Amino acid sequence: MEAIILQILNGLDKGSAYALIALGLTLIFGTLGVVNFAHGALFMIGAFCAVTFSRILTLSHTIIDETQTDFLGNPLKVDVPYLYDLFGQATGDAIIDWAVPLSILFTVPVMMFVGYAMERGLIKHFYNRPHADQILVTFGLAIVLQEVIKYFYGANPIPTPAPQAFAGSLDFGALLGFDPNLIIYPYWRIIYFVFSAVIIGAVFAFLQYTTFGMVVRAGMADRETVGLLGINIDKRFTIMFGLAAAVAGLAGVMYTPINSPNYHMGMDFLVLSFVVVVVGGMGSLPGAVLAGFLLGILESFASMREVLEILPGLNQIIIYLVAIIILLTRPRGLMGRKGVMED
Amino acid sequence: MSKSNFTRRGLLKTSAVAGAGLALPTIFTAQSAHAFTNEPTGGTVTLGFNVPQTGPYADEGADELRAYQLAVEHLNGGGDGGMLNTFSSKELDGTGILGKKVEYVTGDTQTKSDAARASAKSMIEKDGAIMITGGSSSGVAVAVQALCQEAGVIFMAGLTHSNDTTGKDKKANGFRHFFNSYMSGAALAPVLANAYGNDRKAYHLTADYNWGYTTEEAVRASTEAMGWETVAAVKTPLTQTDFSSYIAPVLQSGADTLVLNHYGGNMVTSLTNAVQFGLRDKQVNGKDFQIVVPLYSRLMAKGAGANVKGIFGSTNWHWSLQDEGSKAFVKSFGTKYGFPPSQAAHTTYVQTLLYADAVQRAGSFAPCAVGQALEDFEFDGLGNGKTLYRGADHQCFKDVLVVKGKENPTSEFDLLEIVEVTPAEQVTYAPDHPQMGGAEAVLGACNNGA
Repeated sequence: MEAIILQILNGLDKGSAYALIALGLTLIFGTLGVVNFAHGALFMIGAFCAVTFSRILTLSHTIIDETQTDFLGNPLKVDVPYLYDLFGQATGDAIIDWAVPLSILFTVPVMMFVGYAMERGLIKHFYNRPHADQILVTFGLAIVLQEVIKYFYGANPIPTPAPQAFAGSLDFGALLGFDPNLIIYPYWRIIYFVFSAVIIGAVFAFLQYTTFGMVVRAGMADRETVGLLGINIDKRFTIMFGLAAAVAGLAGVMYTPINSPNYHMGMDFLVLSFVVVVVGGMGSLPGAVLAGFLLGILESFASMREVLEILPGLNQIIIYLVAIIILLTRPRGLMGRKGVMED
Repeated sequence: MSKSNFTRRGLLKTSAVAGAGLALPTIFTAQSAHAFTNEPTGGTVTLGFNVPQTGPYADEGADELRAYQLAVEHLNGGGDGGMLNTFSSKELDGTGILGKKVEYVTGDTQTKSDAARASAKSMIEKDGAIMITGGSSSGVAVAVQALCQEAGVIFMAGLTHSNDTTGKDKKANGFRHFFNSYMSGAALAPVLANAYGNDRKAYHLTADYNWGYTTEEAVRASTEAMGWETVAAVKTPLTQTDFSSYIAPVLQSGADTLVLNHYGGNMVTSLTNAVQFGLRDKQVNGKDFQIVVPLYSRLMAKGAGANVKGIFGSTNWHWSLQDEGSKAFVKSFGTKYGFPPSQAAHTTYVQTLLYADAVQRAGSFAPCAVGQALEDFEFDGLGNGKTLYRGADHQCFKDVLVVKGKENPTSEFDLLEIVEVTPAEQVTYAPDHPQMGGAEAVLGACNNGA
């Protein structure tokens, strides 16, 4: 029983990341009809926004410490963050410690701009081209973006820890009456899950309860008619692209304490997120979220030692296996509209 | 009336044969006039540096390349001479190798066996490289070593830690200075037993490829010999980006020690995940839970940040060593590049000097002569104390460093502290040891090519 609860919990945070990325992908596909293979790169750029922000916070000037020596035996150069000069060491350290949550404020405008620039600068030229062209150009863009990030930040992962207040883990089992240590779950992963739920809820609320959202939904259903009513739907769709980029970016920022960001983290998530979109149903926002969590949990179960002893390698194929079964039995996906992908 | 034999079909056939002849790789044709593959004839000799310049190990590859460039500079008489001044052999005098100026070409392995073979092949066939060296992965090392054996050039392995490189897959033309999984296990086990006791239950997470298997086997054998029990060993995909579903069940298994047979990005992620799950704050079987990382790389430990603190592992070399050779190398490298060298940089620099010295002593670039000069060569002054290049398997035997993540680092380079220098005798094994492929693994005959 405890093993099952544990794997469900594990699947939730992975599922949160899949769901957030797949949500953005679906928003773009549903509004602009574009299959955006660069969406994983947006997740990665979001993560590097956190890295950049924490570097900005730790911008330093150098002082020479005569009492210590460096590896060559010269007096040690010590970096002192400007924040220390401004707020004192204790407050400076506290601000630096909270770099990841604070970087959300930096990431949202940056990602909105990146999304806007990507859509206006490249992707809009491919609206009327076949999906294969869109996939090729966005995939190429993803490779270019990850190489740019590697050029500036290197190939190694960069540690970006969560605030000290969220270090360690919660003994979930003890709360449920199990023995201690049986079901433990890191605090930051709980925060990631809650954060994802809030973002997903906010996106749905935005689309459901605002006039802007209503117009966008109308445009998703019938772009031509909305255009004939005199509404500039293209402009709104561009804003939606920026919003989708911001959602992917936020997913990336908050993921950095879970795994140190590296330049290929976007690619690692991209293919899985596409499977999530297909399983959930192309263009279905609730489908993307449901499938994200479902596949995250299934992947966790498939990684259990007991399962691997019976079916070695299942953890590597489970998601694709589910995708094949869904596509064979229900081509429109779990919550896809009737007729989509079925002709 | 004369009849010409010059038909369209005949012309096509002749062209095809001539074209095929011209297109044949030079390795099979033009070399035949020489005594061995890529015999240098002018005033220069070309070495081929095959390192990951792209892909996940690109930073390690960049450090290897810096070390190679430094070695070439020193061989040609530039800089401060680095380890040439401390090397026990005094054959190298800064005038190149056998009087020929050293030049180099580089290839990108991308940490992929096929790409590494292609770049090595290109350097041998197109650039005339007399020796290939480098790599930052055992899969790549084994693949390129086999290619060099066929081509008839010497392969001086870079960072490769799997037993197989000089075990099951050893080759007469291949030589490894870096230590291996067996040595890590043999050096680590006594230190672990000393620190954590003889009664431990270990849970292994192992990268699902060649290096992971040999490391798990070596660490299991050594720790079990000390009295530890292995509760479980789970293989994890190399492409895994989150190890939470593998780490979460560790405590349920009753294990009190987690051994992470992971390297590079895998190590950074699995260690970070394990620390996040609070494993190190737990008590199991009445003992503090512990984590072990058998192979440490300072460059990659950086990615795990503070999570490495207090965690034991092993390493081939560390810049904080205080012997004359290490100090000379750190000074040369640090002055030129502004930061201390990694263990990957050290082993590649040393391999280049060892190759050059062997050529000098053999008086020939012929691979078999160079190989003979390297076999059973004993040397000192290159950073690891007295070292033997064993002839039976072309593996270097030297002291192994057991290290621990430093609690209070003073700089971004100061991540590891040396807790023990395990003497070479303690990590030496028979050439036909079962972990090395047993009696079936043979070096074969050396190949001069051409």
